[in-house]
Amino acid sequence: MKFSYFPGCSLKGMGGAYETSLIAVMEALSVQLEELDDWNCCGATAYMSVDESKAFTLAARNLAIAEKKTDDLLAPCAACFLVLQKTQKYIKDYPEVGRVVRESLRAGGYDYAGSTRIRHPLDVIVNDIGLDTIKKTVKHPLKGLKIAPYYGCQVVRPYATFDHQDYPVTMDNLLKALGADVVHYPLKTKCCGGSLTGTLPEVGARLSNILIREAKRQGADLITTLCPLCFFNLDSYQDKMEGPEKITMPITYFTQLMGLAFGMPSSKLGLKRHIIPILPILKERQVAIA
Amino acid sequence: MSKIRRTIKYESERDGTFAEEIMASPGCEDLLGCFQCGTCSGVCPLSIYMDHTPRQIIYLTRQGFKDEVLRSNTIWLCASCYACYVDCPKTVHITDVMYALKQRAIREGLYPSRFPIPVLAREFYKMVRGKGRLTETWLVVRLLLKTNIFKGFGMWRLGLGLLRTGRFSLAVESMKHPEELRRILDASPAQHGKKEVA
Repeated sequence: MKFSYFPGCSLKGMGGAYETSLIAVMEALSVQLEELDDWNCCGATAYMSVDESKAFTLAARNLAIAEKKTDDLLAPCAACFLVLQKTQKYIKDYPEVGRVVRESLRAGGYDYAGSTRIRHPLDVIVNDIGLDTIKKTVKHPLKGLKIAPYYGCQVVRPYATFDHQDYPVTMDNLLKALGADVVHYPLKTKCCGGSLTGTLPEVGARLSNILIREAKRQGADLITTLCPLCFFNLDSYQDKMEGPEKITMPITYFTQLMGLAFGMPSSKLGLKRHIIPILPILKERQVAIA
Repeated sequence: MSKIRRTIKYESERDGTFAEEIMASPGCEDLLGCFQCGTCSGVCPLSIYMDHTPRQIIYLTRQGFKDEVLRSNTIWLCASCYACYVDCPKTVHITDVMYALKQRAIREGLYPSRFPIPVLAREFYKMVRGKGRLTETWLVVRLLLKTNIFKGFGMWRLGLGLLRTGRFSLAVESMKHPEELRRILDASPAQHGKKEVA
């Protein structure tokens, strides 16, 4: 299996642990990732707030580069995944958008037919590679580790078709295949606040803190995410928690947990790049760390 | 007890073509189908912080209360979680409507000058134009400079945390050839024939 890989700006920045753990895990599953040549920012939510046709053009340049390579495009960041899908869909559904985008791309020497498929690694791992292969690759099951599976908004909504939009279970099944206990987590697709933690922290941090409290209430040891912004928000603003008792909750990427279960060395998984340390709970639950 | 505020709306405040202009944006064409059920406001995790709920924004937009809509904090608080988008029984793509309203508010300069959310959007836009990629740390620095620099001092703990975990870097991420991207973006017409914003 081979993919064009679209890391996006966050995985090259604050979300570095997501990138290193994803690459390590995909290698173990014999999936080849080739980074998209001179990719550009997808535009996230901010660019679309300023100018729509330029936002579609910006994202479409990446789709055009991937189309030349003919491999599917793997986008691990939730915002990139959504923006690329949205661009793909709107180019197709709105001929005028398609015309403007194609014309603009020609200025860079691209001709985009519109055939690039955009995939999320969670979908690929569970639905293409399959849980049987995952189970066979597990060396140290994550026994006794109670995990709240947090999907956030933009992987499951509104365009992804691989799971339910409000109560998805793909990651739940993956975590179970790794041997972990998955707690019932009703807020699994409730928004973490997105970029509001940076712009209006009094609002944004409250949203992510609600998610942490609920995970604690459900008895989770940690929350696992599949988005660099969710990770950042949940991990970084726990000191802003309101209320009488101080609670902390370690946050992980799902790929880090896969790596742990596959017996990969912790240096490949970025386990020390968390503000809320993750190692104490792993030791307490006697999870083997290679 | 607070004083009673004016709640009456006047015909003279309406802009007759506003709804149509918003509906011309892709995804916004079902705006008139809204039957005001309030599902969007119910599922919105941010509606309690908004000055108008999403349902009210849809109605005000339809009725052409342009100024009130574009000056509301609602459009900026929308975090694009798409909960309303997928649950709307009338397939109004509310998230897309919010984007169309944000674009319009930026173009008309109708937001408080130091209000951080549109400032972030514009700084993001400029940074991508320059380097083709985003460097998160510099985006935060530029945001603080343009809004409230003193707020930055309150972030020392987070800064230290990022430093300690090896995630604080001032190295600038860039494409190899950002000029190629600029050529493409310049070839893309500025929206609705208006002049470039950033």
